[in-house]
Amino acid sequence: MNRLAVSLPGLDLKNPVMPASGCFGFGREFARLYDLNQLGAIIIKATTLEPRIGNPTPRVAETPGGMLNAIGLQNPGLDKVLTEELPWLEQFSVPIIANIAGSTLEEYVEVARRISTAPNVHALEVNISCPNVKEGGVAFGSVPATARKVTEHVKMVSKVPVYVKLSPNVTDITEIARAVEAGGADGLSLINTITGMTIDLATGKPLLGNRTGGLSGPAIKPIAIRMVYEVSQVVSIPIIGVGGIQSAEDVLEFIYAGASAVAVGTANFTDPFICPKIINDLEPLLDEYGIDRLEDCIGRSWK
Amino acid sequence: MIYMEDMVITEQAQIANEIFRIKLSGHSIPKNARAGQFVHLQVPGHLLRRPISVCSIDRKKRVISLVYRISGKGTVKISRLPEGATVNVLGPLGNGFPIFDMEPGQKALLVGGGIGVPPLYELARQLRKRGIDVTTILGFKTKHEVFYEREFSRIGSTFVTTDDGSFGEKGLVTDFIKIRNFPFDRLYACGPEPMLRALNEMFPGKNLYFSLEERMACGIGACYACVKRTGTGVVKVCTDGPVFHSGGIRL
Repeated sequence: MNRLAVSLPGLDLKNPVMPASGCFGFGREFARLYDLNQLGAIIIKATTLEPRIGNPTPRVAETPGGMLNAIGLQNPGLDKVLTEELPWLEQFSVPIIANIAGSTLEEYVEVARRISTAPNVHALEVNISCPNVKEGGVAFGSVPATARKVTEHVKMVSKVPVYVKLSPNVTDITEIARAVEAGGADGLSLINTITGMTIDLATGKPLLGNRTGGLSGPAIKPIAIRMVYEVSQVVSIPIIGVGGIQSAEDVLEFIYAGASAVAVGTANFTDPFICPKIINDLEPLLDEYGIDRLEDCIGRSWK
Repeated sequence: MIYMEDMVITEQAQIANEIFRIKLSGHSIPKNARAGQFVHLQVPGHLLRRPISVCSIDRKKRVISLVYRISGKGTVKISRLPEGATVNVLGPLGNGFPIFDMEPGQKALLVGGGIGVPPLYELARQLRKRGIDVTTILGFKTKHEVFYEREFSRIGSTFVTTDDGSFGEKGLVTDFIKIRNFPFDRLYACGPEPMLRALNEMFPGKNLYFSLEERMACGIGACYACVKRTGTGVVKVCTDGPVFHSGGIRL
């Protein structure tokens, strides 16, 4: 029996740990460091219809317990992802979750339609929560009706289950979650980064080229835990928990909060070997707490 | 290959105003590092690593030395790590300087500005080893910031400029180069971007290699933070660089 196995729509995972979108590129850099087959799944960097060069630098800044980033969805565009990145990833027997983004509803739909036909793409993660682009991104994720509309349209064309990645930069995340579920989403990912800013004392101006950025890292973990806890009680679709995960203990905390799987983001920058390390630490942790199967722990905090 | 190893601090010394040298003893990183590459240091209590270029490599003793400037909380903490302590290091990272396509007897001009000087030192040593004629111009703000002038002097002709004239020639390295007109087959430079831009304008179409700096997160090419514009798109300083041919980037 695989005690770490979890099952979500489109995703039968040998363990619940996957690198988060935007923190792992398309896997090539990490494949030089370890065998990617160890991962539960891989969420690739947000893909848009056309290539994007992203925001001006500086794009990152360290903050206490976290970091701000404003990369701006730099990516090689759908064609290259379909002809180069996804075929390269086929050498691994790991399900791929394709994160998709766009400036318009039509762009989301077109990317979803085409990328969902790739043989190793087992699910989509619709990014309606990127805080670092002027158009699209969180603009689609902060109003329930709009979030629902994007979900419905992506669902209509996608050949694989659709997860929607939610923004924490809203008054009530459960409202958005319910709207997205009503729109037909098969699952949710939460949370994306929290909009923040840091000011350079030498210049008196915002440090990041984009002025604002998304806060990630352990600083946001309690917020993510709270949101997973709240959302998992009002929807019946599974949740991929994201936000500040650095250890197997953090994974268990998210599972208890109500997540069915987790994505590890910023910690990959601190320690590029963090995902396999967390995976290896999970079974001993289950032993320590006398847990048979991880899947039994989902939502225990409120059940 | 990229390695992550705990390295032992064998020396921690201030060598100029706000400039420190740290020597790290390890295994795979000193064995594999090349001139112009960098390492990514974990700072206790900080989420992001600090990228620091390799200043010299002792393969036999398996030691690398890094020269860094105090420029924030992270580097202050690094400077307070005592000798004997261990520090987690990821590396070697980046492409390094191209060296092997240079022929013995050719002339290399090395131009360093401030904290851009350190990576040129291992480069100078390697070029000299290959029988290349090395001339080095080092620029600093004042005499209090001058370092490694003697070390470079042992390798080849070395000139120092300071902005205020308190050490060596007064003025910018680029002014000095204009006046003295050093012949070279290849120029290697590392320093502030205005210096690199000036060199680029001074020697259009010549063989110039620049080592660049940019705020980084992962250091391995995954996060897309440390980018520079090219004519057609963007490149990553950490993996496409940090060394670029001057024609390949928009400064």
